[in-house]
Amino acid sequence: MAATGTPSAASRYPAGGLAFPHRDLLGIGRLERHEILYLLDEAEQWVELNRRSAKRVDALTGLTIINAFFENSTRTLLSFEIAGKRLGADVVNMHAATSSVKKGETLIDTAITLNAMRADAIVIRHASSGAVALIADKVDCPVLNAGDGSHEHPTQALLDALTLRHALRARGQAGDDFTGQTIVICGDILHSRVARSNILCLTALGANVRVCAPPALLPAAVEAMGATPFHSFDTALAGADVVMMLRLQTERMAGQFIPSPREYHHLYGLTLKRLKLAEPDALVMHPGPMNRGVEIDSDVADLLDRSIITRQVEMGVAMRMACLDVLTRRQRGVEGWNDLPTSGKWP
Amino acid sequence: MKQAQAVFVEGGRLVLADRVVDGALRMADGHIAALGDIEPQDGDEVIPAQGRLVMPGLIDLGVFSIDKPAFHFGGITRAGLMPDQDPPLDFPPRIRFAAQSGKPDLWVHPLAAATVGLEGERLAEVALMREAGARAIATGRRWIADSGMMLRLLQYAAMLDLVVIAHAEDAALSGPAVATAGEMATRMGLSGAPEQAEELAVMRDITLAGMTGGRLHFRQVTTRAALDRVREAKARGLKVTAGITPAHFILSDLATGDFRTFARLSPPLRSEDNRQAVREAIADGTIDVIASGHDPRGPEDKRLPFADAAEGMAGAETLLAMVLTLVRDGVVDLPRASALLAANPARILGVNAGELRAGAEADIALVDPDKPWIVDSRRMEARAGNTPFDGQPTQGRVMALFKGGVKV
Repeated sequence: MAATGTPSAASRYPAGGLAFPHRDLLGIGRLERHEILYLLDEAEQWVELNRRSAKRVDALTGLTIINAFFENSTRTLLSFEIAGKRLGADVVNMHAATSSVKKGETLIDTAITLNAMRADAIVIRHASSGAVALIADKVDCPVLNAGDGSHEHPTQALLDALTLRHALRARGQAGDDFTGQTIVICGDILHSRVARSNILCLTALGANVRVCAPPALLPAAVEAMGATPFHSFDTALAGADVVMMLRLQTERMAGQFIPSPREYHHLYGLTLKRLKLAEPDALVMHPGPMNRGVEIDSDVADLLDRSIITRQVEMGVAMRMACLDVLTRRQRGVEGWNDLPTSGKWP
Repeated sequence: MKQAQAVFVEGGRLVLADRVVDGALRMADGHIAALGDIEPQDGDEVIPAQGRLVMPGLIDLGVFSIDKPAFHFGGITRAGLMPDQDPPLDFPPRIRFAAQSGKPDLWVHPLAAATVGLEGERLAEVALMREAGARAIATGRRWIADSGMMLRLLQYAAMLDLVVIAHAEDAALSGPAVATAGEMATRMGLSGAPEQAEELAVMRDITLAGMTGGRLHFRQVTTRAALDRVREAKARGLKVTAGITPAHFILSDLATGDFRTFARLSPPLRSEDNRQAVREAIADGTIDVIASGHDPRGPEDKRLPFADAAEGMAGAETLLAMVLTLVRDGVVDLPRASALLAANPARILGVNAGELRAGAEADIALVDPDKPWIVDSRRMEARAGNTPFDGQPTQGRVMALFKGGVKV
């Protein structure tokens, strides 16, 4: 599929580096709407590339990217690794389990160590909210947040937006953004960084976002972020164009939040029957990993034409390629991207 | 150090309990000998106050660290030391040692740990600790979850005529939270506890204190609902008092934005509405004490992700200046500011200080209330510069300080 009618970057965005005047990608909350759209448009070329048999370019040849994951991850780590390698960069993975973090080294010392190795970009996941920004303050290269605690997971929100835009465009429904679309995010909103980044991203792109969870799993004042809270999944589904399911993050739960997975499925599981309450052609998304039979039934997850869950994984690589490409343009001296300092934060 | 020579401070503005008057103050034998419209005697050392405020030295009720340079910068001559030390102040010899640790130019009033190890499970030897110099009992930074234990503690303390200084946060409700539940915590992805955790704790402890007739002081009451409970209890004649630190009347949880760990406090910063409620409670007398909660923490404790960082702020140096903002804003007048900082904590601790009155200990601060300065976390007298007021321009400095009539 061709990138449907992407206008040339020059006509839609500020020239050169002004289109994305950030050194790091720490959260959707720090981005303007046009900057989000810029990253989405930039990803289109990589979507196409990834569908060819020869998937490698040399844009980032000679650059070193460190994936520093202080929290376990399979798909995000793999996605970033593939993205970096397809752009021609040298990619190194650092797992907390095998690092000196376990030996009592502070996060700041680890950051300084990574910096001294002269990485050209660092991708970080950490279990503590704000930890990635803390590291970004101490290093001289672009930092990409691959998830910090319950705070943000910006590349997940961007890839979700990219996936959704592709799917809607294929149906002839979407313009640049999601104006007029009603999107339900259902699950463990309280502990979810994916939910937070998606609320910010989707509302910035014009969507009407509903969040749905039992009271204990909805954060206080979530409506202040622009989402409408629901406790009844059935009510939330009425008129929904997209249903995004989240898993229960039991590893972040201190205490008991729901009586049992069985009861959770009864109230909040996405079944075929329940999906009928949404719009007739509503799309189904899930950032993974899925707990089939808990928050989503297999026959929903595997619905052809409705479930775009595997498409999300595919778009993840393209989206991360776009982020790595855009953020390293200053070091690479890409024309028009030299006008801002290569270290520190700029406004 | 005994005062060898009498000191005569002339030309000052004396901050008395009910008014501010021009006058002089004479200190001899470690006590205030006379004050008001008086003349120096032969052999007095005469110190011109040049129109500055003559105030009682500050009595900082509830600090976590003895940090003399910071205390002296801030005009603090006595500090109530929280039992949250390593090891905790739950054993008479530790109390005795702590009580001596600041002399002669700073008096430390150790607060006895209510329970062994501050674990909330077994009563500590508070009567023996009183003999050793403890001036009050404190639950530490923790809440005693067991209501029966808290009742027995309050009964025992009432018998000994010691005040119990309580931390008001229902631990089951606040759990591992590091912020107040609300928009900020939600946006930042921080675990937040409902602010009602404080109200619940205050309600229970007031009920228990009412059963015993004992004295109860909440070290910090930071929410509107809990302050209402304290107000009611006082109206009913219960011996309940409340304190606060400047962070909770100057800052709201917006200050935690960008994950600033200097604003990671216990209890956590609250909403703007609660901040306003604290100011109202200071104005109407519901709050009796303003303390620094001084807890200097270096980068090893603070340069961490927000949830992993230690709680607490270095507050001794900024305490007076922040309270003077309340005077300039018309929330309180100078005599009441002085009561919040000195007379009321003196009464709670039962010490003969905290007021300009003949016969009281000569702990005196000469204060220029208008002198401008900028809070700079890199240039603090304190052992660490973890102040949430970093970079803030402020006014009011201590120009001279006397402990027991001797210049510090």
